[in-house]
Amino acid sequence: MKILRNSALLLIVGFMAWMMIHLYGQYESRDALNPVAEYYAVNGPEETGAANLVTSIVVTYRGLDTLGEVTILFLTAAIIGLLLRTEKGSRKKSVRESSEFLSTASGILIPVITLIGIYIFMNGHLTPGGGFQGGAVLASSFILVLLAISNKRIGHRLLDYTEAISGISFILLGILGILLAGGFLDNRILPLGNFGTLFSAGAIPVIYSLIGLKVGAELSNVILELNQIQGEEEEL
Amino acid sequence: MIQILLLIVMSVIMLVMAFIAIHHKSLQVAVIASGIISLFASVIYIFLAAPDVAITEASIGSALTVGIFFYILNKIRHEDIKK
Amino acid sequence: MKIFELENISMAAGFLLLMVGIWGIISQRNIIKMIISFSIVDTSIHLLLVSIGYIRNRTAPIIGEGVTKTDAATQITDPVPQALVLTAIVIGVGITALLLTYSLKLYRHNRSLEINHFNSLKW
Repeated sequence: MKILRNSALLLIVGFMAWMMIHLYGQYESRDALNPVAEYYAVNGPEETGAANLVTSIVVTYRGLDTLGEVTILFLTAAIIGLLLRTEKGSRKKSVRESSEFLSTASGILIPVITLIGIYIFMNGHLTPGGGFQGGAVLASSFILVLLAISNKRIGHRLLDYTEAISGISFILLGILGILLAGGFLDNRILPLGNFGTLFSAGAIPVIYSLIGLKVGAELSNVILELNQIQGEEEEL
Repeated sequence: MIQILLLIVMSVIMLVMAFIAIHHKSLQVAVIASGIISLFASVIYIFLAAPDVAITEASIGSALTVGIFFYILNKIRHEDIKK
Repeated sequence: MKIFELENISMAAGFLLLMVGIWGIISQRNIIKMIISFSIVDTSIHLLLVSIGYIRNRTAPIIGEGVTKTDAATQITDPVPQALVLTAIVIGVGITALLLTYSLKLYRHNRSLEINHFNSLKW
């Protein structure tokens, strides 16, 4: 039985290797941009006003993909919250306090990391960065908070309200784009401003900041659910 | 020239880490090996002129994924101790 | 030579990682090892996508010091695969978190992490 299983495995991997060598041999490197990328490169900075071309593609030209991604993240966080549901009477197991080195160092590091995360998603249209990167850095600083205050309970009402208000505001800004400008998630509802300053590119900084707050609050909520140790739960 | 040499060294290290992640007996070592693969992929993205993707891969693939893996391993271990 | 350019090496690394990851998914019996192999497959596919959009001797698609607004089309690499991979990385971490939660529920039900012990769907 083991020989049959190993030979079937080798056959599958060998077939995939043959396919990939074929694909690799046929690849020729290009010299110029293809027409879609050329359109984005030529008309992107004037129409949207953002200096970062990847940001202008993600938020305005392909804004519906970003809406789908935000929906998938929301669904993931909701399913994890449902599966790891805690009961009312579950108490936290008594863990010892974190050491003095950890509390002191995290007291200095947590505000700095949060500030870096907020800077990354506010300047998403000028430098490399954006909402998803800033949200991930905010969630990393939340892991540090959970490690530093390991023997107290942390209520998650602030995280829930932040995530809900950011999500609803993102959808409302998109619908405002239908009423006031070209289409859904159009960024010309606010004035375009000077190219390269912080308050430019219309509604792109506002949209990306809302996405950054929502993603940060969502991932922090997932980490908080995974951290709490439960009591006995009933079988579903 | 030095760029291509660095790239070959990083690709070899990534492949070795992938083998360690699959074959090692201890689960903690396997998780850290997958984190190292994400880190080297982030450096290759810088070489490929994609800074947005590099920031995303470094912060999400290398920090959050490894963190979530360790939280789940901790919960499984506590299940063992409790019962 | 054809094999010693930047995008060829990263594409070869992506293909090899893809094969190692798929072999890991098929041949391992521990559920957590299968999830780790899935994450390796994810990383390799993103590497492949970004390395297809690379054009030689060009720089990042951000308009600033080196790249001007008027002739950006001749100085930048392809920005569309980078935008797609940005979305794909975030979705990948969501899927990995969901897989791990399901494996935790399976462990609570059956006290084992091997897939050979879960045979309630076999007849």
